[in-house]
Amino acid sequence: MCPWQERGAGRENSCNTCDFSSLGYACRNISTSSALQNRTHVSCDIKGDVAVVRFNTPNSKVNTLSKQLSAEFTDVMNEIWANEAVRSAVLISSKPGSFIAGADLNMLEACKTAQEVTQLSQDGQKMLEKIENSPKPVVAAISGSCLGGGLEVGLPAAFDMMLTGRNIRADRAKKMGLVDQLVEPLGPGLKTPEARTIEYLEEVAINFARGLANKTVSAKRSRGLMQRLTDYAMALPFVRQQVYKTVESKVQKQTKGLYPAPLKIIEVVKTGLDQGNDAGYLIEAQSFGQLAVTKESKALMGLYHGQVHCKKNKFGNPQKEVKTLAVLGAGLMGAGIAQVSVDKGIKTILKDTAQKGLDRGQQQVYKGLNSKVKKKSLTSFERDSILSNLMGQLDYKGFEKADMVIEAVFEDINVKHKVLKEVEAVIPAHCVFASNTSALPISQIAAASKRPEKVIGMHYFSPVDKMQLLEIITTDKTSQDTAASAVAVGLKQGKVVIVVKDGPGFYTTRCLGPMLSEVVRVLQEGIDPKKVDAISTAFGFPVGAATLIDEVGVDVATHVAEDLGKAFGQRFGGGSIDLFKLMVQKGFLGRKAGKGFYVYQEGVKNRSVNSGMDEILQKFRVPPLSHSCSDEDIQMRLVTRFVNEAAMCLQEGILSNPLEGDIGAVFGLGFPPCLGGPFRFADSYGARQLVDKLRKYEAVYGSQFTPCQLLLDHANSPSKKFHQ
Amino acid sequence: MPHDLARAALQGLLTRTSVPRDVVDYIVYGTVIQEVKTSNVAREAALGAGFSDKTPAHTVTMACISSNQAMTTGMGAGRASCGVHRDVPALQCPCPAGVGMIAAGQCDVVVAGGVELMSDVPIRHSRKMRKTMLTLNRAKTLGQKLSLISKIRPDYFTPELPAVAEFSTSETMGHSADRLAAAFGVSRLEQDEYALRSHSLAKKAQDEGLLQDVVPFKVPGKDTVTKDNGIRPSSLEQMGKLKPAFVKPYGTVTAANSSFLTDGASAMLIMSEEKALAMGYKPKAYLRDFVYVSQDPKDQLLLGPTYATPKVLEKAGLTLGDIDVFEFHEAFAGQILANLKAMDSDWFAQNYMGRKSKVGAPPLDKFNTWGGSLSLGHPFGATGCRLVITAAHRLKKEGGQYGLVAACAAGGQGHAMIVELYPQ
Repeated sequence: MCPWQERGAGRENSCNTCDFSSLGYACRNISTSSALQNRTHVSCDIKGDVAVVRFNTPNSKVNTLSKQLSAEFTDVMNEIWANEAVRSAVLISSKPGSFIAGADLNMLEACKTAQEVTQLSQDGQKMLEKIENSPKPVVAAISGSCLGGGLEVGLPAAFDMMLTGRNIRADRAKKMGLVDQLVEPLGPGLKTPEARTIEYLEEVAINFARGLANKTVSAKRSRGLMQRLTDYAMALPFVRQQVYKTVESKVQKQTKGLYPAPLKIIEVVKTGLDQGNDAGYLIEAQSFGQLAVTKESKALMGLYHGQVHCKKNKFGNPQKEVKTLAVLGAGLMGAGIAQVSVDKGIKTILKDTAQKGLDRGQQQVYKGLNSKVKKKSLTSFERDSILSNLMGQLDYKGFEKADMVIEAVFEDINVKHKVLKEVEAVIPAHCVFASNTSALPISQIAAASKRPEKVIGMHYFSPVDKMQLLEIITTDKTSQDTAASAVAVGLKQGKVVIVVKDGPGFYTTRCLGPMLSEVVRVLQEGIDPKKVDAISTAFGFPVGAATLIDEVGVDVATHVAEDLGKAFGQRFGGGSIDLFKLMVQKGFLGRKAGKGFYVYQEGVKNRSVNSGMDEILQKFRVPPLSHSCSDEDIQMRLVTRFVNEAAMCLQEGILSNPLEGDIGAVFGLGFPPCLGGPFRFADSYGARQLVDKLRKYEAVYGSQFTPCQLLLDHANSPSKKFHQ
Repeated sequence: MPHDLARAALQGLLTRTSVPRDVVDYIVYGTVIQEVKTSNVAREAALGAGFSDKTPAHTVTMACISSNQAMTTGMGAGRASCGVHRDVPALQCPCPAGVGMIAAGQCDVVVAGGVELMSDVPIRHSRKMRKTMLTLNRAKTLGQKLSLISKIRPDYFTPELPAVAEFSTSETMGHSADRLAAAFGVSRLEQDEYALRSHSLAKKAQDEGLLQDVVPFKVPGKDTVTKDNGIRPSSLEQMGKLKPAFVKPYGTVTAANSSFLTDGASAMLIMSEEKALAMGYKPKAYLRDFVYVSQDPKDQLLLGPTYATPKVLEKAGLTLGDIDVFEFHEAFAGQILANLKAMDSDWFAQNYMGRKSKVGAPPLDKFNTWGGSLSLGHPFGATGCRLVITAAHRLKKEGGQYGLVAACAAGGQGHAMIVELYPQ
């Protein structure tokens, strides 16, 4: 029996671990017979009595468990087991920063049926089992990302990792017992740090492998008292049942049952623990096969591809890298933008007009960074040195050196014009002017500019340090280089970037508009905010629809709704905007004011509904139309309007492709990730069915539900899909 | 307390040089871990050693090169004279460049030195406790005092110990040295061999009476220490048995191949050459040129000598071949060997130092031949003067004109100085 079992510790960069272990999913290609054929993915060196197995997927930054790699790996391992002279083995990657990033998605996508995937999984299990029971010690020397699912028995901590797929730093992995030794990265020596570090990792691993074979090193992990107690407790069926129950209810609460994988994982672990390894492996392979072909799996893989797509700069490298950035307005957005810039090494000027606002903004940046210190992902020294990139000020000093200015001032065209003119008087010729507006058309803002080719929209989402999306808006006049510069900054800030054409509300705000209008309508029909939230989160939205309005801010929502209402007319109708206006009048601005649909109090978790809203809601009450008021109807009313508007954006060329549309909706607006975005949803739900729903509601509520031409086209030819 | 050790070094200097106390214009001391009560330890020690109360004194700090900083603060760039380890004087000539006191014409005679008392470092109360105690001072009524005291919890009593760790990276120096050795591929055996060499050479020098810079120190209530007491030549077998001290279990830096922390003080008399001659002294050596360098405190923490050596040679218009004695601070055997490899690498010079080619590694037969910090010990703030005076003594004993002193220091800093034997 081998006590070393590790199936993939996800990691962030820059640490190396040395592990006695096995891998994520390996698969055998049965047709491979000759062991001596040229290997391209896996190589093997014999160093004394230790075999060093190197993974190296050609022409790729990362190694993935493809059929080819798995087959070669199986061959190599068989040779090692057959070779008398070899007493132990080391598994290592030739790529600094990536051990094995997980199963090859293309391989999984190529599988037509659950059975195929199950077969792959079973082949992998067999291989892993052989490694686990290997008579010769196997040491995995992991440098960089090492991801992949696995059945980790017993540890509550491992439960957590399996379910959420979060990344674990190397030091945590060691504490959790996933890895046995850590090797710290080296600095420069007689070679580059990367090259020497991986060489050193190999040296250390070889010594360990040899030590294990000679029994001079023991891989027995000493179990602490807590661990022994936990193990003892977990051996009791009663305790186990309780643990399953707790975990299940937690998962149910978090996923609303919309994601099948976590529940399957619990089932697999349960089976493995209760009925033994063989039963566990079998159900693991079967479940993996089933899961791989679910529409949720397809949706999430689609999002992965979309994310990869949106991490590239299609405009190429800008002529001048942005080294100094100026942010106007130290509010929530401005400070957030500053925070994600300074920690990437961009010198950032944060300018406000009032000392109080500036202080608040600077404190926000400090707090954001300091929370990372508390979580130990940053040292206090690194925090300080990052903060030295931030310059808070009330004047335009130093703007002559700015390469880009992002304004995040009040959403009012006159204010925007005023700062644009002020800024243009002090910035150098090459400096890009970006507006972080959520709805004002960029061309309108650029109208006041002397150099509209340098004006662009950079629409961030709140809170900026958490939300991954950046929506970049180009006008007809925006130059390619300006766009390249904005995308480059966004990518540097760690954002997933979509680039859309200018228009009222661009893409994201425009999709959200009709949905929120429908939310208001639903509220007017007498459904209380808590219920609206429950219905929308049950559909997969991470934040309830009523809460979302509070988060956005009722005043902002009013502004946007008015602007967009003017631009798009009836299509943005439905709910009454006067309801919002009355809320603003009463000071119910949402979370920031402490009151909106809910009452927000510091330290109170279960917020209560704002009773002051009763009167307002009563005033705007409309009778519900009985045949379209089921929960499902409400969900569909919200979602169909969203999807319809998204399709309209594609139809009008605001969006350049459905992929970016899906990414924008999921990462910016919280469109349910399990559905993969509005376009993926339209494909999987069926354009025909969608149009039918829209027509049904159109008949009841009016033209805000009229399906757009593109959706109609798709409905009329079933072969047409947004994602092929 | 540290000022006692410093006082002893100063008194030793006075005895050996018979320099009149009132001639000394200024005193500069280096120290790393400060005793709070004597934060300007230079002044307290000078007063206690009987120097004139009209002689100003200040204390400098720059980690392991603190007394180097004290010397260069006193002398300025260019030529100066020389002095004593646990005391001994020497002289120098005026130097035009630089900001040092002698060079700037501020002073003619300066005493520079360093002190470290590792056996009694200040250990503090926790921050919470300190805050409570300070608030307590301001509490007026008994009620206020009691309410403050009632807030003290057991964890308030956890003390804070000073660590030999970088503030910026939180990495201990030993850990960094181990990574450095690994980066340059320095093996455990090489390190043990080098450490053994240091101890053997120190023993030999001590036996031959070459370590004449030492002055005896009477430890209150205990015996007088008359010689360096950390020299312990062992065997490779014995040393090989030790477990790694920092990177466990596979690291290479052990207690045996690291410098040990010890108490110590040093003092050196520095004068302009004219003044020395006018007073009838024969200087030991010129302190010629010096440089300070700094680099990445994480991955190149201990590479100071590599960066400083070519720079100081260039400044002095010399090459490595002109140097007759090398006196390098031995923080760790692995650090010395890594520096030697770095100095001998064109790749490193080109990629990290922005130089066209390597400076070359010093030949070992001229390198730390009387032992070093590994065997003599390393009282942080005091080591610099020892390096300089040993270089001067070796030049005199072994013959030669130029000596090169180099040292690394916490914070990723480094220092090098050219010492020239005064014409005999």
